[in-house]
Amino acid sequence: MTESVTPRVTQDIEHAVVRFAGDSGDGMQLTGTEFTREAAMHGNDLATFPDYPAEIRAPAGTTAGVSGYQIQFAAHEVFSAGDQPDTLVAMNPAALKVHLPDLKRGGLLILNEATFTKGDLDRAGWKSNPLTDGSIDGFRVIKVDFERLVHKAVEGTGVSSKDAGRCKNFYALGLVFWIYSRDTEREELAIRARFAKSPQLAEANLRAFKAGYFYGETIEALDAQYTIAPAKLRAGKYRNITGNSALALGLVAAAQQSGLRLFYGTYPITPASDILHELAKYRRFNITTFQAEDEIAAIAAAIGASFAGSLGVTASSGPGLALKTEAMGLAVMTELPLVIVNVQRGGPSTGLPTKTEQSDLFQAVYGRNGECPLPVIASRSPADCFDAAFEACKIAIDFRTPVILLSDGSLANGSEPWLLPKAAALAKIEPNITTDPAGFMPYKRDEKLARPWAIPGTAGLEHRIGGLEKDSLTGNVSYDPLNHEKMVRTRAEKVRRVADGFAKTEPYFDQEGDVLVVGWGGTYGSITQAILEARQKGLRVGHVHLRHIFPLPNDLTDVVARYRNVLIPELNTGQLRLHLRGQLGIEGVGLNKIQGKPFHVAEVASAIESLARRGVSTVKEIA
Amino acid sequence: MTAPLVKLTKKDFVSDQEVRWCPGCADFAILAGVQKLMPELGIAREKIVFVSGIGCSSRFPYYMNTYGFHSIHGRAPAIATGLKMANPDLNVWMVTGDGDALSIGGNHLIHALRRNVDIKILLFDNRIYGLTKGQASPTSEIGKKTKSSPFGTVDRPFNPLTLALGAGATFVARTTANDMQHMLAVLKRASQHKGAAFVEIWQNCVVFNDGAFDEWSEKDVRDERLLKLEHGKPLVYGKARDKGLKIGGGFTLEQGTAEGAVVHDESRDNAGLALALAALEPPWPQVMGVLRAVEMPSVDQLARQQEQEAAKAKGPTSLEALLQSGDVWDVAGSGDDA
Repeated sequence: MTESVTPRVTQDIEHAVVRFAGDSGDGMQLTGTEFTREAAMHGNDLATFPDYPAEIRAPAGTTAGVSGYQIQFAAHEVFSAGDQPDTLVAMNPAALKVHLPDLKRGGLLILNEATFTKGDLDRAGWKSNPLTDGSIDGFRVIKVDFERLVHKAVEGTGVSSKDAGRCKNFYALGLVFWIYSRDTEREELAIRARFAKSPQLAEANLRAFKAGYFYGETIEALDAQYTIAPAKLRAGKYRNITGNSALALGLVAAAQQSGLRLFYGTYPITPASDILHELAKYRRFNITTFQAEDEIAAIAAAIGASFAGSLGVTASSGPGLALKTEAMGLAVMTELPLVIVNVQRGGPSTGLPTKTEQSDLFQAVYGRNGECPLPVIASRSPADCFDAAFEACKIAIDFRTPVILLSDGSLANGSEPWLLPKAAALAKIEPNITTDPAGFMPYKRDEKLARPWAIPGTAGLEHRIGGLEKDSLTGNVSYDPLNHEKMVRTRAEKVRRVADGFAKTEPYFDQEGDVLVVGWGGTYGSITQAILEARQKGLRVGHVHLRHIFPLPNDLTDVVARYRNVLIPELNTGQLRLHLRGQLGIEGVGLNKIQGKPFHVAEVASAIESLARRGVSTVKEIA
Repeated sequence: MTAPLVKLTKKDFVSDQEVRWCPGCADFAILAGVQKLMPELGIAREKIVFVSGIGCSSRFPYYMNTYGFHSIHGRAPAIATGLKMANPDLNVWMVTGDGDALSIGGNHLIHALRRNVDIKILLFDNRIYGLTKGQASPTSEIGKKTKSSPFGTVDRPFNPLTLALGAGATFVARTTANDMQHMLAVLKRASQHKGAAFVEIWQNCVVFNDGAFDEWSEKDVRDERLLKLEHGKPLVYGKARDKGLKIGGGFTLEQGTAEGAVVHDESRDNAGLALALAALEPPWPQVMGVLRAVEMPSVDQLARQQEQEAAKAKGPTSLEALLQSGDVWDVAGSGDDA
């Protein structure tokens, strides 16, 4: 099918941004995922941004129920899912209402024409019909009567009218496949596999998919078909991966490399639940998954498992982290290895469950009772969640400490091609579990200040731990004032020493110059792309993207001094900025966005530029 | 469980820590009883772990020369669950109090019971908050005047036994710290149970709730007011063993003579009889002993079984294969012909 006989021009382009949008029940996440897989298999570099409502099925046809999936795919490296779609598929008036403002002028707009009825327009809040009132002037509009065409395509397969209607996402997928000259064979196999249990549904969806593809070939309105060559990525094996899947694999890898059982205690919460779903499949790898009765039990069980000699891990999002706080203190006090994952979402309270934000930095670093330091690290991209999870486990085991790993909603659900690591090339993690009773004292420390990990079942090492302050050697309960001060300072120094193992901080791009952009977490892609653009304008810009939020790298102050200005873009009101000021006296200028959405590249690029050119001390907040 | 190489004695289970309960506290008796019981279990000391929450009773692990974890308020059932699931080979005991288990940790307790985690739960019930100096607890009788309820409590207490039975506990028992012989027998039964064993231990608090259970368990009244359950034996009590319980109207038990008393059966799947015994209120006797003991697989056991089955299923068996599972593509050196 890809070698079609269409007489139209085929235009070779470098990159494209496509957004699929529809009602929550329209299957847009699936459509986006399918398109993404093909882009990956085609060899494009890509980044995705799924954006869906917190309600499973908000009232049909309303803007509250609109679900979207955006992908940028390219013949070169890409770092973000793109600011503005080149192609927008809007399956109903509500999807058009929500997403039209983002569509690039002159972009391709594919509309489900049959849904533009009075009722659906009213439900979506359109005062007049956008198809006729000028709203969509300036775009290349393809109006498709999906309902009629899909029903026609699946005629004879015997599926119900309802099921036929549900095939329209594959019709839309077929159409976009044609537009971007995608290989249909792999997708056909994928559809057969997805509906393997119902040959009838498989057939109907296949027909819808093919019909959509042929529709593209047939209609006059489409004047060009695009091709995007595979990207010149580093050689190796790749697979497309979401942040949550990568994070789960990172935990498995760390457990395997340490020879420990992985105990994963968790409670369902958006957007972290997929980590549980992934790990539950990998039980054969010496993994216990435990869906606890609540967030507190989830971390408490993980602590119990760590005491037993497993690698205890728990994951949640902000509200869940709040509930786990007291238990984190217990893990700090008992100095047991533990990894706590926070897939951040919009807060406070229940906030924006399905939207992304970076507003839990303070919670992670400072949010516990008492002097309660623990290492905090952050992942920067979906595939990087693997490395970050692995490192979090390694620090936890090496230093006998709880470690917080910060991810976020955009990383968790977003995806990108992942250059697969070789298992054999991964670092070994040495648990160094104590077995020798000679000279054993539960709180006698090694050179890293880590205490022995002596696990139940080992004869001669019977001892008691708990949340009460410990004697600095025996671990017995101690109320001695000087011992308490010593222990508080020792626990802090142990965490500080984690930084002694960090690699030298080497900024990306310019090593000195106009602006150093200091970022952390999921803003990595937007910042990188923005710096590429700023440097094309002749600005000298460096980029440090902090893996280690606490402790901070020892050499950060020196690096910062090489630039005239420091820009700190964050999806919060300035938590890293205040953290850097407080910890290191670094004065940066904030770029802050709190809309539940990632940065647009343009937003960061313009902030870099205005800071570099004018040297202003503030960057206007994004309205 | 491997048997210890040397025969252990009570002394082997006494830690080097000074016991810091108030003089006269019933916790001393429970500690002595448990230390006495331990060598009889035939379990190597290093395999035994005591986990507790917060409260007077929860200091217990410090005094046991085994592995121990004095954790945070109410969370001991969750910590013990993780510990046992991580290493089912361990012999895990949990010590808690009426505030720790039934108030702040109520959720964890009922879930540990419904999951049937193979842990032994000892609930020291003194019907008061001791460590915080005398507030009403979830088992304080209604109308009780305490520092936190100077006009008397207005909230009804929990009955720990009906709560445990309602949560689906597979082993439920009650004993009292002032009857060492009975307590040892009940603790031994609990130790032998495969699954979650719940034992309520009446424990007098000399400072904040002295005489908490005198009404029933003082030596001169206990024969008339306590009914000691024995599996397969009629529900008979009284100094002369002349009183018994028979089935009354409306699914209740009522008092009758020894003759025709219901025969106790702790092994019934249906917890109805156990609930009726647990719910007995004065003037009828309070029951002591094992109310329910049924066999069901424990969660730690089931999880391991599932894991072994998962290992036999299709799918990647090495980390390398796992990383490379799914839709994988190759990018060749030049990147052009991928």
